[in-house]
Formats: sequence, structure tokens, C-alpha cells
Amino acid sequence: MDPFIINTLASIFANAAPIVFASVGETLTEKSGVVNLSLDGTILLTAMAAFAFALNTGSVAGGFLVAALIGAAIALIVAVANIELGLEQVAVGFVLTMLTADLSSFLGNPYVNQAGPYLTQQPIPLLSQIPILGPVLFQQNLAVYASYVVIVAAWWWMSKTQPGLQMRGVGERPEAAFARGVNVNAVRYLYTLLGGALVGIAGATYSLVVKLGWSHNHTAGNGWIALAIVIFGGWDPWKVASGAYLFGLLKALGSVLQRNPAFVNVPTQIFSTAPFALMILFLALTSSGVTDRFLDLFQPATRRRLERLLRGRAPAALGRPFRRG
Amino acid sequence: MKRKPLLSQLFWAVVPVAAALFFIALILLAAGANPWQAFREITLGALESPQKWADVATAWVPLALVGAGMSLTFAAGLWNIGAEGQIILGAIFATWVVRSVDLPQVPVIALIILAGMVGGALWGLLTGLLRVYARVHEIFAGLGLNFIATALIIWLIFNPWKPARGATMSGTEPFPEVTWIPRLGSSRLVPLAMVLTVVALLVAFFLLRGTRFGLELRAIGKNARAAFIQGIPTARHMLVAFVLCGAMAGLAGALQATAVYHRLIPRISGGYGYAGMLVVILAAYRPEWVPAVALFFAAIGVGSPRLELNLQLDASLGGVLEGMVVLFVLLAAGLRNRLSHKP
Repeated sequence: MDPFIINTLASIFANAAPIVFASVGETLTEKSGVVNLSLDGTILLTAMAAFAFALNTGSVAGGFLVAALIGAAIALIVAVANIELGLEQVAVGFVLTMLTADLSSFLGNPYVNQAGPYLTQQPIPLLSQIPILGPVLFQQNLAVYASYVVIVAAWWWMSKTQPGLQMRGVGERPEAAFARGVNVNAVRYLYTLLGGALVGIAGATYSLVVKLGWSHNHTAGNGWIALAIVIFGGWDPWKVASGAYLFGLLKALGSVLQRNPAFVNVPTQIFSTAPFALMILFLALTSSGVTDRFLDLFQPATRRRLERLLRGRAPAALGRPFRRG
Repeated sequence: MKRKPLLSQLFWAVVPVAAALFFIALILLAAGANPWQAFREITLGALESPQKWADVATAWVPLALVGAGMSLTFAAGLWNIGAEGQIILGAIFATWVVRSVDLPQVPVIALIILAGMVGGALWGLLTGLLRVYARVHEIFAGLGLNFIATALIIWLIFNPWKPARGATMSGTEPFPEVTWIPRLGSSRLVPLAMVLTVVALLVAFFLLRGTRFGLELRAIGKNARAAFIQGIPTARHMLVAFVLCGAMAGLAGALQATAVYHRLIPRISGGYGYAGMLVVILAAYRPEWVPAVALFFAAIGVGSPRLELNLQLDASLGGVLEGMVVLFVLLAAGLRNRLSHKP
């Protein structure tokens, strides 16, 4: 196969890795009933912190760890504000988005446009020798491999294990889960922090893998895309990951088109904003009445299966604080 | 708490601000700066001369306008994060009038203001239509439209509207002087902008407190389904709220272009759409508190660039300070509520 196509495909899986971490992490958080809206700012701050730490200590792994801890710490504020104080999650999340974005600019100022360490390629023996699949999927770095693992692990945990079932129960009907002896708020703390840590890893994956280094607003916009992908993917890890890869594919297509002489007169702004226009379009398709009318064309059995594929339902208790009694 | 309500009020107002300042001081120490000096520079930068006061008043206008508009959308429970794009569209429409109309000062300025409001209102309406008919949450619709508006303004400045000597990030050619909204004497103060802002604040206040529309809007915000069952036209009211907020944000954009910069620049919205949202949250979503909060934000915004000049610190500390104050005020309100509901 054409090496250009192989390289492009490989870059899609690499470039989508941070979106996978962030959107699967947020899926876990939202499945337990909490919205962490701070993704865009958290990714900025953790990208900056990971790069700064790696640059100062020379430890790339340490950069990832610091980013995960900061992501979890921001998620902890969201969790406390919601669980203990009953505050509106969207308000707290929005304020944290603004705050962490500005903080990344302020603290990251000395690191702008500096060259620093990054995560190197580590082809997996044997697997990387498979024709086509090998060079596309397995001649990457550890963060990209971890992004595959996160998808499978999240799916397995959510649909095949007892604690995963408990977590979904907490997000759907917290009162019922509580009646069965589940500590609702402890579960919510756990998955909010875990989701936050994954969002932090997403930030580190930007500055240490995908878009090396740091500049002001280095990753701005990607957190919102990740949040939209959670809705588009219907809170299902496989579909959420597919959304992240679809987004990566469209971005790669965009940059291929942009280099094509036939498109030389198309303003670059069209390409830079296309992700956001598509975000609105996809969200409209997943939720609007047009989709209903399309589904009505099919037999009831097919319709049900198609609907499950096209449209997910938000956890019933999403964003609603749980109070005993 | 029942015995000393005033003292308790004061306590709950002072503590979050003090906590925010404390954390900012820690951040400054971490960045190797002297917190006391940094706070001093911000304060001086905002207040040291009448010229600075005029700058604060100028920055107050877009914040208060967006705040007034958002108090309407928030009343209906809507997160109109798209105000940033609505400001941009207002500025674009105003610039379009400047470039295509040749009229004396009074009619041209009236047209500019009207066009700005229409531009913002249309962009707000688009968010509303996506929210109401395509069921796209207004946060995603608004944000997406913000990015699209940003791309649009950059494209306009770098293509059809580029200056004769070549396009740069410093924007279009200066507007003809007849289209500048007049300043007060030699200061940078623009009285008409202040008057229009006060009018917008009054409109928002009276709509919410004194009209059936405002009452119904708040009913939608409390429980949209219940309001709908009660026979309130929820879809239409939401769209009207988006249009009104868009018009006020668009007015802010038109004023930024024709009263402040006298040209269209890529960063014409200056983040006022997002900062305005923080203003309304800190004002507890009430238009009557918007002017004071907007003044506080305007002072920080005008004061913090001095950090770059005198201390080599990034001016984004101003944004950190604003965000930190809002965060701690929210947390304190939640804590207070929690404590008072304990048996």
C-alpha cells in the first residue's frame, strides 16, 4: 500500500489519542451522573504542566503523571462543588474552564515555543510486522497504545463488571442504587477523579506527543470537541472512540485537501473551522427530529437497532446532585 | 446567623474574595513574583489617572452590555456562551455599514448601531434555532458559532476588506472620521456608548421584573416542561431571549469597532463574551448587580496589562483573578447554603 496512505492513517490514530483519553474519561464521569465541563481549560493547563515538568526534570513519564494529578485535582473541585455543595455543575465547570485556561497562559509564559523532551516511538515487536495494520496501529508510542487500552478497558469495565454496573446505576437511578447499599457519592467521586485524570493525560498527550511543546492557547477548542463527542457517541466507549477517530479522519482529510492544488483558492479559515461546523451538524443529526423521520422509514425491529446505533441516551441522573432522604 | 445578619453578610462577602486573593498570591509566588507588587500594579494600572478611569469606563461598556443580555438568556436557563460570536457579528455588520453607506454623521451612526444589533441578533437567533429546533445544546451551538465567527472576521480582514498596503493582524483601514462615535472632549470616553449601555441594563431589568414576558421567561428557567404545560410559548420566548441578548452583544461589537478602535480588528470581541458570562454568574444572574460586577472586571482588565510592562508577567493573571473570585464566591454560596440547611 502507498506509504503516504499508511502514514496518514497512522497519524489519524496518533492525533486522535488525546481526544480518545478526554472523551472516554468524560464518558466515565458522566455515566456516574456528574458533568465535568472544564475539559477545554483542563487540557490546556495539563498540557502546559506536563511540558513544563518534562522540560525541567527531563522525565516525560513524570510529565504524564503530573498532568493526571492536576486533571484529577480540577475534577475534585467539580465533584465537591456538586456533591457536597449542590452547585450547578455547568456554572462551576465553565468558571474552571476560564480559570484554568488563563492559568495555563500565565504560568506557561516562560515555556512558550521552547524545544523540550517528548515521547519517542516504540514499535511493538511482532504486531508491528503485520502488513498495513502493523505500521498503522503498532508503530506508535506508549501514549497511543494506552489510548487503545483505555477504550477496551472502559467498555469492559462498564458492561462486564459488577462495579461498572453499579456505576451506571448511580448515573441512572441513584435512589435505587442507594437502596441497594451503594455509596452513591463515593462512586461519583471515584469516576469524576478517574475521568479528570484521563483528561489530564489527554493534555500531556498533546504537549508531549501530538503537538509538541507549548504556546498560548496551545490546544484551545479540543476540550469542547471532546465534550461534544461524548454526546455524539451516546455515552458508549466504542462509539465515543469511533467519534474521536472520525474526527481525526476528517481533520486528516482536511489537511490533504488543503495541500491539493485544486483547493488553493479555498480560504484556510474554512478548514480551520470545519471541525466546529461539523460538531454542530453531528450533534444536530444525533438529536434532531430529522433523525426521527429517517428512522420511521424502517421496520420497528430494524428501527430499534438503528436507533441504538445512531443515538444514545444521556444518563438519567446526569447533573443532578444526590441527597439522601 | 439570625442575630447578626449584617455581619454574616459581610463575612460571606469578604471570605471568598480573600480566599481568591490568597490563592492568587500563592500562584504569583510560584511564578517567582512579588504578590504585593503585582496587586499594586493592577490597582494603579486601573486607577492612577483620569485617562485610566476613562479606559475602565470604556471596558465596562461591552461587559455590562453582554451582562444585561445574558441576564435574559440565563433567566430562561440558557447558557448563551455564543455572545463572543454575537459581538463579532455586530462589529462585522457595523463595518459593512461604514464601508457601504455615505451619509452625514447622525444617520450613519444610527445605522451603524442598528446594523450591529441586527448582526448580533441574527447570530443569537441562529444559536436559538439550533437549540430549539435541532436540539443542539446552546453551549455547543454557541461555541461552534464563536469559532465560525472568528474565522469569518479574519477572512474578511485578510481578503475583501484588506487595507490597500496589505493585510495584517492590525485590521482594516481606519474608518472615515464621520463614522466615529464622538468622544467627550479630548478623553477616550464615549457618552453615547455609556447611555446605550444604561438603557440596555434598564431594559433587561424591567423586562425581567416588570413584564409578563420576564415572568414567563423565569418560569421557563425554573422548569421548561412545566412552563410549556402551563401554555407558555417556550420555544418563542427562548428565541426572543437569544435575539435580545444577541442584539445587546452585537451593539457591544458595533461600539468596539466605531467608538473604541475605529476599525475592524481580528480580536474585536476581546474575550468580552466569555468574561461577560463570568460577570453575570458573579452577579447571581441579576441585571441589577451587573453594573458593579462589570466595573470590577473592567478595572482588572485595564489594570493587568501593566504586569507585562513593569513585572514581565503575563497579563492573563487578570483572567485568573476574575475566575478565582467567581469560583470562590460560588463555592462560598454553596457552603453557606449547606450550613444554613443543616438541622
